[in-house]
Amino acid sequence: MRSALVQFFQAGMLLLLAPLLAGFVATCRARLQNRRGAGVMQPWRNLRKLFSKEVVMASHASWIFRTAPYVVFTATVMAASVVPAMLVDTPLSLIADVIALVALLALSRFFQALAGMDIGTAFGGMGASREMTFAALGEPAMLMSIFVISLSAHSTNLTSMINHTLNSPFALHPSLAFALVAMLLVALAENGRIPIDNPTTHLELTMIHEAMILEYSGRHLALMEWAAMVKLLLFSTLIVDLFMPWGMAVNTDAISLVQAFGLWLLKVAGLMIALALAETGMAKLRLFDVPEYLSGAFVIAFLGLLSFYMLEVGA
Amino acid sequence: MSGFLSLDLALAACITALLAALTPILRTSTHVLRSMFCLLLVATGLLAMLSGLTGLIAGGGAMLLPLGLPWLPMHVRMDALSAFFLLTIGSLLFPVAIYSQGYLRGESQLTVLAIFMPLFVLGMLGIVISDDAFTFMLFWELMSISSYFLVAFKHENQENRKAAFIYLLMAHMAGLLILGSFAVLYAACGSFEFSVMREAFVSPVWASAAFLLAGFGFGTKAGVVPLHGWLPEAHPVAPSNVSALMSGVMLKVAIFGFIRVVWDLMGAGDFQWWWGALVLAAGSCSAVTGVLLALQQHDLKRLLAYHSIENIGIILIALGLAMLLAHYGHPMLAALGLIAALYHTINHALFKGLLFMGAGAVLHSTGMRGMESMGGLIHRMPWTAALFLVACMSISALPPFNGFVSEWLIFQTALMAPQLGGALLTAIVPFSAAMLALAGALAAACFVKVFGVVFLGHARSKEASDAHEVNDWMKVGMAIPAVFCLLLGILPVLFIPLMDGVPQMMLQVSLADSVHAHGWLWLTPVDVSHSSYSASVALLGMLMLGGVAFWLLHPKGTNVRRSVAWSCGNPHTHARMQYNATSFSQPLRRIFAGIYRAEEHVRIERNRHKLLTDHVSYVVHVGDMAVKYIYQPVDRFILFIAKFIQHEHERGLHAYLAYTLLTIIFLLAVYI
Repeated sequence: MRSALVQFFQAGMLLLLAPLLAGFVATCRARLQNRRGAGVMQPWRNLRKLFSKEVVMASHASWIFRTAPYVVFTATVMAASVVPAMLVDTPLSLIADVIALVALLALSRFFQALAGMDIGTAFGGMGASREMTFAALGEPAMLMSIFVISLSAHSTNLTSMINHTLNSPFALHPSLAFALVAMLLVALAENGRIPIDNPTTHLELTMIHEAMILEYSGRHLALMEWAAMVKLLLFSTLIVDLFMPWGMAVNTDAISLVQAFGLWLLKVAGLMIALALAETGMAKLRLFDVPEYLSGAFVIAFLGLLSFYMLEVGA
Repeated sequence: MSGFLSLDLALAACITALLAALTPILRTSTHVLRSMFCLLLVATGLLAMLSGLTGLIAGGGAMLLPLGLPWLPMHVRMDALSAFFLLTIGSLLFPVAIYSQGYLRGESQLTVLAIFMPLFVLGMLGIVISDDAFTFMLFWELMSISSYFLVAFKHENQENRKAAFIYLLMAHMAGLLILGSFAVLYAACGSFEFSVMREAFVSPVWASAAFLLAGFGFGTKAGVVPLHGWLPEAHPVAPSNVSALMSGVMLKVAIFGFIRVVWDLMGAGDFQWWWGALVLAAGSCSAVTGVLLALQQHDLKRLLAYHSIENIGIILIALGLAMLLAHYGHPMLAALGLIAALYHTINHALFKGLLFMGAGAVLHSTGMRGMESMGGLIHRMPWTAALFLVACMSISALPPFNGFVSEWLIFQTALMAPQLGGALLTAIVPFSAAMLALAGALAAACFVKVFGVVFLGHARSKEASDAHEVNDWMKVGMAIPAVFCLLLGILPVLFIPLMDGVPQMMLQVSLADSVHAHGWLWLTPVDVSHSSYSASVALLGMLMLGGVAFWLLHPKGTNVRRSVAWSCGNPHTHARMQYNATSFSQPLRRIFAGIYRAEEHVRIERNRHKLLTDHVSYVVHVGDMAVKYIYQPVDRFILFIAKFIQHEHERGLHAYLAYTLLTIIFLLAVYI
């Protein structure tokens, strides 16, 4: 019962904190660029504004366009609620293991791309084509890097994987290092961050995510934007879970939960600062360099798998 | 007793199929003929489904039919494997027969279809219940030849005749190879009966020969790369209801044959390590090549045909994994792989059948197969669009539909595979999992393209803007597999125990206990701590979440305002400014340039002035590498040999007498 409560709290936190996190990254970037920035709360204000605005829709938009925001949002939130943030053993984590989690994100991407093509503008199709192409390259890399940990944990359940990392003595595994690098590379691409896509640009010929949602307005746009923010928090929580779960609560007593909550926030904030640094320091890649970047991630993840088999299984 | 019930039902299905083939004898009007043979096929489908279900639940039986050669009566037998494939055939045949009733309306040359479509079905039914090599080959040829006539249905077109000829040629090459593998087994035991072949001891070398013959034979029929040359030619030109059956179940019958010969007749104990590795490699190669080539097609049915190659590859990945695991002594994991392969088999039958029926509906309504002139059909054909979307999501392995369940099971098998043999072999397992992930993600990209270009956006031609929704028969025919796709996607735990008889038969282990150890909601292939998936809870959660979001965000009285598309402030768009199939796949064409070797030609006409462009044309052609580098050289080689010896035909009578004499001497020398 208590773990179910924690589960709800956790899912709620993922939803509510996601815009704050996006604001946090934006603020960090602004400070790094000697600007003041709009503040941590700005994404929340944007969402509130969008939710109260009227929806304007192209006259020939089909039901795909209207349902897509809901599908994208619910699939992303569903995926997010499966990921343990504070408590290791949450009831919902049984619904979907990591593979199903990746598939839920694929579902949301599928509808986003369809919505992009629904209006029949050149931008929508362009965004859909690019998003699906890059996702096709990124998804295997992501699965490979997750498989490295799955293989050593003999499980694809997030709870079991975290337990495995928590219970095994701390050691430097070369395979995990490869997996972490690959996962970070993929996470940047999946969330449309620099060097793949720039979330702050608008109307640029190289935009991907923005191009798909250009025609949205009002609450539909708000749902799409919110889903993207939840996805960023989901990925950072996933990276924390898979590669640095230390400090997560195993029991449901109040002290360890509070501690785990604080640590989770700290770790995620740390990742976000790193993201802000990386985004400030790097320029966007040329569009046709992205495949090389992603196949690089795939090769790194595969090297991780091989090094797991060669170095760690026998040892 | 109950086992005989199942076999009786299967024989009844064969009889209704035969009756359906005989309907043209009555010489009734086209209208009555269509209704009669479709109704009989519906009955066949239902009987096959029932027979499969009873066979899976109550077990099998065997029977001798008073037909066939004097010294070799026909043996038929029902076991878990044949019951499963009967269920697969029936569950697609049933909706396709309903669909045909609507699809063939207005078709004038019905007789050819009314004869050969039921015979084709009869062939497939006969193959799965046959219990000796003679019966098997008889029905196999019946299936191949009757489907040749179906492919050649619109024989007025040169292209169709060519496709049908290639198909016939390769089907017979496959038949010859399969016959060869039976011959090897016959040599080892001296009997055509499967029950004797099962017990026979085959030396490893001969077993490998039989495996290779069966692998190449059934692989050709299943369309494994690089033996797939006939498939993208034959599937698009057949009528869509026939393409649905060919792609949905005929390829599965080839998979059945492979499992029957390699797993059942030779047995899991005889597997050698490289068999599994070869199947795994062929599967990975087919999966990725199939989807990559599919992405570059703009003929809807040809694209779907390439996706069949991809899905056969996925099934073979699972089978190959299972063979490797069985060889290295992990029967439980091998059983999981086998279940995954079978699950994907029935899944692919359902969603590919649905996709071909959807393509047929689009063809019926617009008269076009080329995607470049479609668009916006979701407004004109809402039912077809919604049902087609279900199939697109299933084939792209998206939850909560069925394609995801089988791919998930394959991933689980690959991940649980412990260290096998050498390092190379151990590495090939996760590599094949990576290829599966790549194929799945590319398939999603491809079906965004298909659905987006065909159904969304603006109509690109007058035919597309004048399209109309198809009739109710076709809608019902498409709705049934869509419902099955959803059911198989959310209730795998109820379905897997049904299939459990197959691993029990092949590997003597049962997965039923571990799969539903945690109740019908949770799919847990090995253990709950290992992995679990519950599509039904996830779907319920998503419905609740979506419902709450919708309820909260939809205050009463706030309507959506409709306006022109914003399009970055430039609403004057034109249908030809949309992304089409060629432009959608352009990034992939560039990324995988080494595989595609596309021939691109850009022509810019500047007639008036060197700065004034009058006309720009862009032509891109992506060929099939296998055709260019394997089929055409083989073709040239055979023609070369034929030219070399053709003058032998032109000799006089004495030469022919000499040939006869030499043949007789040769035969006498061999047999005495």
